[in-house]
Amino acid sequence: MLDKIIDIINKKFKDSVLHNENSNYILIENPSNWKLIADYLIQNSNLKFDYLMSLSGYDLTNDKVGVAYNFYSTKLKHYLEVRIEIDSNVEIPSVAEIWRTANWHEREAYDLVGLKFSNHPDMKRILLPEDWDGHPLKKDYETPEFYNGMPVPKDKSYWE
Amino acid sequence: MFKIVDKSIISADEMVLNMGPQHPSTHGVLRLKIITDGEIVSSVEPIIGYLHRCFEKHCESLSYEQIVPFTDRCDYLASMHMSHSYSMAVEKLLDLELPERVEYIRVIVAELQRIASHLIAVGVFGLDVGAITPFTWTLRDRERILDLFEMLCGARLLYNYVWPGGVSHDLPPNFIQKTHEFLDYFLPQIDEYNQVLTTNRIFIERSADVGVLPLDVGINYGVTGPSLRGSGSTFDLRKDEPYSVYDKFDFDVPVGQGLMGTVGDCWDRYYVKVLEMKESAKILRQALDGIPKGDVHEVLPKKIRPPKGEVYSRYESARGDVGFYIRSAGKNMPDRLKMRSPAYCNLSVLNEISAGWMMSDVIAALGSLDIVLGEIDR
Repeated sequence: MLDKIIDIINKKFKDSVLHNENSNYILIENPSNWKLIADYLIQNSNLKFDYLMSLSGYDLTNDKVGVAYNFYSTKLKHYLEVRIEIDSNVEIPSVAEIWRTANWHEREAYDLVGLKFSNHPDMKRILLPEDWDGHPLKKDYETPEFYNGMPVPKDKSYWE
Repeated sequence: MFKIVDKSIISADEMVLNMGPQHPSTHGVLRLKIITDGEIVSSVEPIIGYLHRCFEKHCESLSYEQIVPFTDRCDYLASMHMSHSYSMAVEKLLDLELPERVEYIRVIVAELQRIASHLIAVGVFGLDVGAITPFTWTLRDRERILDLFEMLCGARLLYNYVWPGGVSHDLPPNFIQKTHEFLDYFLPQIDEYNQVLTTNRIFIERSADVGVLPLDVGINYGVTGPSLRGSGSTFDLRKDEPYSVYDKFDFDVPVGQGLMGTVGDCWDRYYVKVLEMKESAKILRQALDGIPKGDVHEVLPKKIRPPKGEVYSRYESARGDVGFYIRSAGKNMPDRLKMRSPAYCNLSVLNEISAGWMMSDVIAALGSLDIVLGEIDR
């Protein structure tokens, strides 16, 4: 099934997606035309990925970050996982206009992992306070000493 | 009956109104920034994060077994579903085959939990639109399910019962008989709710034709569970892609039909939950009768250390499609764990379904979405 999906995508966008045998996802290393591919995923009559289940950002260390999109088609009942793995300073085109689920999920990925999305309609923090420093799910994140003058407890001595 | 009002008829200056974080109708610490034009709502912006407990950050420094209690506390009204869905993701990562008795027990507790969670949703929705009595009735009946859970594992709200690879205790003696007794008692109660709430004229006026969610908009926003089925979709993972032993049971998937108004209105989203409780009772009867013998700790792993890899697993909880995306680096702790929370996506549709309606309809729309803030903020 996955091979068929990859064939359809590769026919339209030559060599922009990578796929490794034995893996169940497709990888994009250059996200410049990701929005066009995304649009194709929902429009094409053999793909019809109308439901974006989840969008998870992750930190790969060494200044590399990744984001995994899990798609499902409610009409054709098939799955696809797309991953974009890039340098942490590269912006990923936002797909919030295509799947509106992505709006909040991209904000969350920015908030927690520090991913950058371009052309997002309303990019700001969602779970953490607006004035929080840093992105906690980065592997090199260090808990701040103080937040607005309040000490941030780091070890048990604060509450035991 | 209220209809969407054309704003050009009554025009006034727009006003920003903050609802919450402390407000009885926001179902937790949710803040709604409502821009109103007189009594008519122009837009609603939910502001979340007041209950953020860094669940995903904690998971990166906890072993797989230690995460289970944390998942319980995400959706505290359906704890069994959360730990079940997390356990399923870990089992998928470990490639573990479970004894049939474990799967049956999990289905039994999951369906009891679904009834308990829907009872809260139904009662609280009534409370939101002004019906106080049914809320006390649903809480009274939920109490009986909590008693069953207390008998099962000693806890009433946060169970830590479903573990990766099994469950913590086998069923106590008499549990099956007590559950049958509960169902005998409970099914006639649903008719009573229908009499006092579902077909109540005032309730219908408040909820029918209000907050209509079209199906394609719902899918685009990632709305799942009873909220999407209220819009006419038959999408239910228990039926579409049966996990556990759901393929062995005979049950229907109730969908919204617009009996009192338009398909996908608040009344439909409410009524789907009422019908789902009946279906859960149907599954429970079959599971209680067909439960095989066996050891529930047979394949419980001593130490969980999954191989390198990633997994995305889905589960149909009381609120919708729970997903766990786990990246394992081959250690005893996950490298990255992301929880796709159904109420998070369901809440994001609020602006779409309540803009253009009256202030009081925002409360009805929010109540019908059945959100739990613990799961949204994580």
